[in-house]
Amino acid sequence: MSSPEVATATAEAAVLPTTPAAAEPPRKDKPRSLWTDAWYELRRKPLFVISAIMITIFVLMAAFPSLFSSVSPNAADLNKSLTPPDFGAWFQFGKGGQFGYDLQGADIYSRTIYGARASIVVGLSAVLGNMLLGGFFGILSGYLGGWTDSLLARFGDIFLGLPFVLGALVILSTFAPVQSSPSAVRITTLVIVTFIMLGWPSFARIMRAAVLSTKQLDFVHAAQALGARPGRIIFRHVLPNAVAPMVVVGTITLGAYIGAEATLSFLGVGLRQPVVSWGIMIGDSRQYMEAAPYMMAFPAAFLAIAVLSFVMLGDAVRDALDPKLR
Amino acid sequence: MSEVILEVRDLVKHFPIRQGILFKRTIGQIKAVDGVSLDLHKGETLGIVGESGCGKSTLAKLLMNLEKPTSGEVRYQGRDVLRLNPADQRRLRRNIQLVMQDPYTSLNPRMTVGDIVGEPYEIHPEVAPKGERRRKVQELLDVVGLNPEHINRYPHQFSGGQRQRIGIARALALKPEVIVCDEPVSALDVSIQAQVMNLLDQLQTDFNLSYIFIAHDLSVVRHIADRVGVMYLGKMVEVGTDDDIYVRPTHPYTQALLSAVPVPDPTARQRKAVIRLEGDVPSPANPPSGCRFRTRCWKAQEICSVEEPLLQIRPTSGHPSACHFAQERDVVHAAG
Amino acid sequence: MSDIKVKTAPVLGVDGRSAGHLLEVDNLHVEFRTRDGIAKVINGVSYHVDAGETLAVLGESGSGKSVTAQTIMGILDTPPGFVTDGAIRFRGKDLLTMGKDERRLVRGEGIAMVFQDALSALNPVFTVGFQIAELFRKRRGMSRADGYKRAAELLDLVKIPAASARLRDYPHQFSGGMRQRVMIAMALALDPEVLIADEPTTALDVTVQAQIMDLLAEIRRDRNMGMILITHDLGVVADVADRIAVMYAGRIVEQADVHALYGKPCHPYTLALLDSLPRLDLKGQELNTIKGLPPNLLRIPSGCAFHPRCTMARDICLTQRPALVELGGVRSSACHFAEELYGRE
Repeated sequence: MSSPEVATATAEAAVLPTTPAAAEPPRKDKPRSLWTDAWYELRRKPLFVISAIMITIFVLMAAFPSLFSSVSPNAADLNKSLTPPDFGAWFQFGKGGQFGYDLQGADIYSRTIYGARASIVVGLSAVLGNMLLGGFFGILSGYLGGWTDSLLARFGDIFLGLPFVLGALVILSTFAPVQSSPSAVRITTLVIVTFIMLGWPSFARIMRAAVLSTKQLDFVHAAQALGARPGRIIFRHVLPNAVAPMVVVGTITLGAYIGAEATLSFLGVGLRQPVVSWGIMIGDSRQYMEAAPYMMAFPAAFLAIAVLSFVMLGDAVRDALDPKLR
Repeated sequence: MSEVILEVRDLVKHFPIRQGILFKRTIGQIKAVDGVSLDLHKGETLGIVGESGCGKSTLAKLLMNLEKPTSGEVRYQGRDVLRLNPADQRRLRRNIQLVMQDPYTSLNPRMTVGDIVGEPYEIHPEVAPKGERRRKVQELLDVVGLNPEHINRYPHQFSGGQRQRIGIARALALKPEVIVCDEPVSALDVSIQAQVMNLLDQLQTDFNLSYIFIAHDLSVVRHIADRVGVMYLGKMVEVGTDDDIYVRPTHPYTQALLSAVPVPDPTARQRKAVIRLEGDVPSPANPPSGCRFRTRCWKAQEICSVEEPLLQIRPTSGHPSACHFAQERDVVHAAG
Repeated sequence: MSDIKVKTAPVLGVDGRSAGHLLEVDNLHVEFRTRDGIAKVINGVSYHVDAGETLAVLGESGSGKSVTAQTIMGILDTPPGFVTDGAIRFRGKDLLTMGKDERRLVRGEGIAMVFQDALSALNPVFTVGFQIAELFRKRRGMSRADGYKRAAELLDLVKIPAASARLRDYPHQFSGGMRQRVMIAMALALDPEVLIADEPTTALDVTVQAQIMDLLAEIRRDRNMGMILITHDLGVVADVADRIAVMYAGRIVEQADVHALYGKPCHPYTLALLDSLPRLDLKGQELNTIKGLPPNLLRIPSGCAFHPRCTMARDICLTQRPALVELGGVRSSACHFAEELYGRE
């Protein structure tokens, strides 16, 4: 049994400056919104700090790869084909060959750094697109209910029914057949659009559920009683209180999408040359697993760390935003 | 008595019970409010009491126009609220305001106190020009006994009683004439309840407010109400002045309700009459025929299942009572 | 139930000497270690209950009344809650130093508890009959059929209509009042000697509340149980209690016989609380209020915890914590001016 008394007692004791004089000195009289509180809590979590640092590094890699490597990822010197890693070069910036060279003689280290961009761009755009599209439909069906809700739910179910990888394989191999070589922008956009198409119904569902429960809360009725119009109710009252679950799922999904992008690239239907991507690199290394394990080890390690970082971040954010814990 | 400011006539709200996935069929009706009439006079407090499921909260929503009634009328100063055009309806909303039960869910946790109390001015910009709003909000906070300097704080930085004051400040912002209070003190600690009730008393005098005060706590209603209506399963069963209801109740349900309320005085154990009802309130989806209270009533006879007793003054009841066998009985002060 | 046994055996301690009371809480201290600091939830609470009597523990939220009960039952969440001092003696044996197995035996058979929210206290995936019969099978080694038979008897005892038919129902199929009866039946299953009822009627309507309080009083009488009734409702207390302990900020501030307490409260907090109540039988004027808010348990005021809200407070109250002193025999009050209050007309 939960003890309501203890809960309120400790909760009040924990957050309430009962009189202005009793307010805690370091945070005295500062307005503390729930977001501020969540941020305050996050900063003190090692899980969050580690994943945030990792993600910052990956984002920097994606935005400014030349900060990390001065060697072009596409410069290939067949003389260097399948040269093992040169551990001596790890501390000499600009030398190249830290992670060895691939079959074409291209620098693996440089390619791994440049590969971050594809992952981050695809993951971030797909998640943002999902949030916008799914969020919009979620609000619509949650707030309006009735016919709109039923119709949107059935429509979304069609997409939800498709297994993700199979759906993506079908769409991508139709619009960008395996042997074709579309431009970098075209194929990247195509992958992002595919992810959004298959992903929005889950986001819509989460948003719908959050909107439904927020809509029931008294402060929404209070606003209606004041004569507030639907726009104000949605944007001032419902949305700010209903986005948290989607933010959490979005963060975790970002990790999953980076993995999915690599999977599809590995299978040859996702990103492909001239785009540099961890998935492509892992795919290329398939036949040389024994001869040149470093071809796969480095991009795979980066991929794993990136995915893990986003999943960890999502966990930390969920803990901080979970209203049950405050 | 002063003029009638709010009139409710035969108000009915039935919620359909639906089933189905895409095509929903109506398979029944929950009769939440089933023909309620009442008058609210200027400056008075009308208490509405009843147990859970009696329809008192739905009544509050209907009065606030948050739910559309199935039938019936709500007239404010003689005009039918439900048949006004949208612009008039918005103007009317300024005059009837709401104070809610739960101080933890009735304030948007993402807004500051200033935004919450000032929101009425944003919705009705004609009431206060932009430059004056902050000052007005601070005045309101002062009126309800909060520190005006706390205008930038968020609701979770306040205790339950203080939050309820914020809710009251919001309700006062548009200078309403009527405030519907839906269980405004039942979520508060005993020592805080009295503070909020005194505040409501004080505001009524200062601003000449009329209250509809909905509560399940009969002691609280006795304290604050001038007149009291007792509801059971969507119907008003007895209406009268507070002495009519608390000293001279004539409906058996009112008597049982009063008898069940514990009095904070151990010597009252002997004085009070003990009337214990059997079982729980029946489902409003399928209320008993005739008198709805007959299934739990010790006076029930044939006629009660056939003929619905009207809420009217009877030879044995000086105030309106909906019982065929209305009989005065003081259960609270009854000497043993 | 056929074998209602009236317990009249003298209460003896482990080593045979008289241990005084059936259940005794002695100088209990409990704190909650939260991320914002240590909340001193219980600061030296002592009370006792004997067979056949009802002790009411009265307090507002945060007074520590429920935490005391949870500590007695051994269901305090640890962390964040920690017992830092004190003893809880049942029939003279300290529950806090007892082994886990022994303590589990006391739970249910010695002391049982009824919670406020029956819906969350009952397991939603099993039928009510199964949940009660399971108790008999596990703890009494009964067969399944016998367990169900006893379960039906219990539901009948708590006046649930058509008891044997309702054994097959799930908790959510019962109304609020009936669900509370089911929980009372479960608490009674193993014939406890002490029943702790934590706000048993707070969630119920008044007419149903009255039924449940009557039932509890009747059962206590018939079985000669000791009962601890935890509540914030001064009305309920006046109706059923024999003795009352008033709690504030984790301490007992006044303890007295029910008539004495309501007749002449001897602590300013009790006095103010009674003054602030709207009364059903009287049409009052303005209510007296207690100024301020209940204390923040992370920063309990110095001296007497009630001093910031007290109308009688003087300098001594800020610095010196008043002890719980006895006044004329059976009652006690923790106020520097207790004698003054006691001596008044």
